[in-house]
Amino acid sequence: MSAAATALGPARSSAPVRVHSAGPRRVLVLTLGVATVVLAVVSAGLGQLAISVPEILGSLAAHTNDALASIGWSAVVLPEAATPAHPNADATLWMIRFPRIAMALVVGAALAVGGALMQGVFRNPLAEPGVVGVSSGGAVAASIAILTGASFAGPLTSPLFAFVGGLAATFLVYFAARSGGRTEVVTLVLTGIAVNAVCGAGIALATFLSTTQQREQIVFWQLGSLNGTRWQDVAIVLPITIVGIIGALTLSHRLDLLALGERQAHHLGVSIESTRVIAIVLVAVLTAAAVSLCGIIAFVGLVVPHLVRLVLGPAHRALLAVSALGGAFLLLAADTVARTAVPYADLPIGMLTALVGGPFFFWLLRRARVRSGGWA
Amino acid sequence: MSAVLEARGLHVRYGEREVLAGVDVAIVPGELVALVGPNGAGKSTLLHALSGDIDPSSGTVELDGRPLGTVRALDLARRRAVLTQSNEVSFPFTTLEVVEMGRAPWRGRPESDEDDARIAAAVEEAEIGTFLERRVTELSGGERARVAFARVRAQACEVILLDEPTVSLDIRHQERVLLRLAEHARSGGAVIVVLHDLDLAAAYADRVVVLDGGRVRAAGPPSEAFSSELLSDVYRHPLSVRVVDGDVHVRPLRPVSRSRKEHSAHA
Repeated sequence: MSAAATALGPARSSAPVRVHSAGPRRVLVLTLGVATVVLAVVSAGLGQLAISVPEILGSLAAHTNDALASIGWSAVVLPEAATPAHPNADATLWMIRFPRIAMALVVGAALAVGGALMQGVFRNPLAEPGVVGVSSGGAVAASIAILTGASFAGPLTSPLFAFVGGLAATFLVYFAARSGGRTEVVTLVLTGIAVNAVCGAGIALATFLSTTQQREQIVFWQLGSLNGTRWQDVAIVLPITIVGIIGALTLSHRLDLLALGERQAHHLGVSIESTRVIAIVLVAVLTAAAVSLCGIIAFVGLVVPHLVRLVLGPAHRALLAVSALGGAFLLLAADTVARTAVPYADLPIGMLTALVGGPFFFWLLRRARVRSGGWA
Repeated sequence: MSAVLEARGLHVRYGEREVLAGVDVAIVPGELVALVGPNGAGKSTLLHALSGDIDPSSGTVELDGRPLGTVRALDLARRRAVLTQSNEVSFPFTTLEVVEMGRAPWRGRPESDEDDARIAAAVEEAEIGTFLERRVTELSGGERARVAFARVRAQACEVILLDEPTVSLDIRHQERVLLRLAEHARSGGAVIVVLHDLDLAAAYADRVVVLDGGRVRAAGPPSEAFSSELLSDVYRHPLSVRVVDGDVHVRPLRPVSRSRKEHSAHA
């Protein structure tokens, strides 16, 4: 045996080199961060009432100074670059554009992280809350809330309905699409078709039964829009999103191990059942938070994590964190287009994301098919 | 010495079919046990039951004298590593990242100081140093199997269970894998490995367990448990077992000679 050991001894391998790929991550985070800030400022200036960048910065500084003074920090004073020229400019910024921009950033982050999380727990890069019908599950419930006029939770009633609907749809899809511990693309897509069909029927019924005003609400809710966002709406979605993203980040290590397979992850000490349940609840929370106030905005959760994965690799901690940033940027860009592309019109943002996301999804499907040599 | 992993009266049913029908196995520290048997004999099922993946219909599996069901997944992961048959990774992680995952059970524990050394040793054992930065999804089947083996070795558990670890490996790596496992057993570890290659099992196993139809047909050192009669009966194919200088060799008897085969259409 020792002779054999000597014969087998010389290894062609070299010692492992630890390469931490912090380089591309830092560049991407920095680029996205700067781009998002620039876009936010530019976006605030665009619209029927054009406001220049110095005016926006001046208004921001003035409000910050007021806030600082109100908490007794009047010693700190930011220079006010320029005061908005138009009498309505300040109100336009603070009542309409800033809350809407904030909402786009928050919802974009929530959707992208929800998508990344879902792909991780499904072990499938094509899983996305919109594609598999989670958003429409939330939509049905929200339609029912609108139809019945339920208001037991005040302005939170329809978000609450959407949350429960989203959660139910997520569990349904998860258990229906899995076989043998993993989901195949075909099963996933077919499950999505089934869930979307049933939800479509539910929405149709709700639309049929509702009054004209309710009907309008339901239809526009489905189209998805950030139009008319108020600070109160942001205040609802922001904490939910923050909790959801933090929760997702705590799962990141387990999601990495899950990529090896459910049995394999269990062999490495991951409690599969609890990981699944936590992940699904988080997906529903993040998706429902976004969907409940802004309607169905599809494909953000698919496109963003996928692009981030291409650059940074699949490790979930960086993937989830950078996806949040990427989602925020993408949705803000989409919303800026939605409200400025056509003068005096506010395009449904869900339509825009689907317009870009649909072909992207198709390309991904084609790629998956080519790689695995079939619809595996 | 008392058994580190022991199954008693193990029955596993999938619907009507009884895959394991009363199996007793025990493994003590310091030995390498090979599970052999024809397709559908219940080898993989037995390994699943021993690794805690499935609950037996009846009977018990105990690790360190405690029923598997009562041990937390994380505590299990620090005691035993499992190499499954298929090791498909669903996202394009790099080879190094996958091997590092083997250290997951030790995160936040003093043993994590050994991470680098364990990973380096595992990488050397599996000879995967040349493609550490490549994505596992781009590797060949044999390379992927070696990465999975390195991950299991990096986990550094005393008990190792492996389901056909050599099946897609070339001869060099088949021998290396079993040699490393035998060394692990020599140094006090316990190894249970499902093998199809009877000759390999005979060469490296301290004991073999021959399964057939969900039952143990024979168990013991290869020189005692393997006989031409038994193996030929179990595999329903004539096999010859020869002992040369204490080494046990198993080879199938091939009824058709090479020259005749060339003329035969259905050889």
